[in-house]
Amino acid sequence: MPVTDTNTTVLDKAADTAVRATPVPLAYRVRGLSDRSIAWLFILPTIVLLLAINIFPLIWAVYLSFTNFRANRPNAEIEGVGLSNYQRVLNDPDIWQAMQTTAHFVFWTILLQMLIGFALAYLIDRKFRGHAFWTTVILIPMMLSPAVVGNFWRFLYQPQIGLFNYVYSFFTGVEPSSFEMLGSVTLSPWAIIIVDTWMWTPYVMLICLAGLRSIPDYIYEAAEVDRASAWRQFWSITVPMALPFIMLAVLFRAIENFKMFDMVVLLTGGGPGSTTEVASITLKREAFESWRTGRASAFAIILFVAVFGLANIYVKALNRVKQR
Amino acid sequence: MSTANTAHSVVEPSQTTKRIAGAIVILYAIITMVPLAWIFLTSFKSPPDSISYPPKIVFQPTLEGYCNLFTTRTRQTPEYIQSLGAPVSTCDEITRNRNMVIAGPSNYWPRFQNSLIIAFGSTFLAVFLGTLSAYGFSRFKVPLADDLLFFILSTRMMPPIAVAIPIYLMYRELGLSDTALGMILLYTAVNVSLAVWLLKGFIDEIPREYEEAAMIDGYTRLQAFRKVVLPQATTGIAATAIFCLIFAWNEYAFAVLLTSGSAQTAPPFIPTIIGEGGQDWPAVAAGTTIFLVPILVFTILLRKQLLRGITFGAVRK
Repeated sequence: MPVTDTNTTVLDKAADTAVRATPVPLAYRVRGLSDRSIAWLFILPTIVLLLAINIFPLIWAVYLSFTNFRANRPNAEIEGVGLSNYQRVLNDPDIWQAMQTTAHFVFWTILLQMLIGFALAYLIDRKFRGHAFWTTVILIPMMLSPAVVGNFWRFLYQPQIGLFNYVYSFFTGVEPSSFEMLGSVTLSPWAIIIVDTWMWTPYVMLICLAGLRSIPDYIYEAAEVDRASAWRQFWSITVPMALPFIMLAVLFRAIENFKMFDMVVLLTGGGPGSTTEVASITLKREAFESWRTGRASAFAIILFVAVFGLANIYVKALNRVKQR
Repeated sequence: MSTANTAHSVVEPSQTTKRIAGAIVILYAIITMVPLAWIFLTSFKSPPDSISYPPKIVFQPTLEGYCNLFTTRTRQTPEYIQSLGAPVSTCDEITRNRNMVIAGPSNYWPRFQNSLIIAFGSTFLAVFLGTLSAYGFSRFKVPLADDLLFFILSTRMMPPIAVAIPIYLMYRELGLSDTALGMILLYTAVNVSLAVWLLKGFIDEIPREYEEAAMIDGYTRLQAFRKVVLPQATTGIAATAIFCLIFAWNEYAFAVLLTSGSAQTAPPFIPTIIGEGGQDWPAVAAGTTIFLVPILVFTILLRKQLLRGITFGAVRK
């Protein structure tokens, strides 16, 4: 629209003339701050806060990871120990055990959440009557506090009195006090996987649903015209087109479950023995129970690097989804 | 129009499909609600009912769990209890029936207050800073914008325990350990990344032409931001605020490591509620119920924006 364009320039010129005609302090008020200074004024506080609360401590942790510092002895002399903390962490069988436990959880929780979450999303996308309401109901668990959730599931898992054991025995006839979900070496990892799946399946479901809804109807219509079977349509249209969204969900759950802490602490505390001791719990023990701050910092930096790598892939995936 | 309808009906699922799909989803929804319903029921049980076998679904409801949650009690002889006057409250009566008297308030309410102060304080700051930055990133050419945005997001991805080690040391030096201010700053730093990403999405959706028109009318950039952009972004700001609030409300790892007493929030406190001879489950359930109700309300309010929130604003619909 050329008319508005001319209007703009005319008005701009008028404003400029007005600015030039007025004394400097007033001109400042008329035109306000320059865009550039506003941009920095708006962005800097956030950057400063993140530098102070996130980056400065991180750099400090990097420094500590090369020392023998112990936080419970703040007055002891700090000695540099070079890379030996990193060497010890990477050669520590306990830490590798914890990493393996974490990987085990990440694998099973993601697999279960993907299968159930995608199936639910697919069913909800059939748009039955009342689907919006039931979707909201299903979403509730993911909004709750993992710590509080872990704590009340501990109640449900009680061998004598817990609802979980009762329901399981009701359907299978197994004596309810004959198994302990949280006390047994074989069952306790599954106890955690069940709670995590209960809590986070809605998350995966919601993202898958967005993926399914992003597929335009005309593609299915075209497939229908070509007499493609429902099975064929599902594997050649639905799955590939929803895939970027599925990947996004997988990646995000992987990052989150890699950090898994609250729920496990409240359910099993890493036990029995160290069967459910995930990386974050080992890190907490090193840092706040053994007080080997230097070595814990080295471990923390290693975890950082791993998560940072994953986060990088995540952001690329986000941008790809965004372009759709 | 009618042809369009026929064409559409090809992909519209049949009634039977819809019914089966609906039945399975509703069944899943009900199963998923059972644990929550159970906690709610348990909060109204008496301690013996809460640990009976088989689990009781029908029981005499009592407020004992809520009374125990908010009070501390001491055991007394029946003679002593009889020497007291008439009970002054329902809780008083329930406690006396168990041969105990109320000794004072428990720590639940102060912890709950801490949760409120820290959650609202950090949400306000995060949304305030986030709105400014989001506007900056949305409207101006910021050098290295993509890198800065990635940096902002990546701070949220770090494992809390790893971040907590240096924060713990830093707060100890600065005297911020176990203070509400320290927790507010920490949660603000974690939430601001979500706030920037979400709000940038919302502000990107507001046409630039609105501000440009306002500025032609003589508004300065700041006035246009305040009087044109902010009112347009209200929904987005509200949704973002609720997401920040929920994070701060639910957070456990930092809270358990960095607070121990005066600034402790509810999540690390609830698991420590114990009665005589083990965990007082009705009181724990009562504490959990009170703690979760605000989240239920917010989830319902937010349902249309949830997808956006959990994907940092990338997936919109």
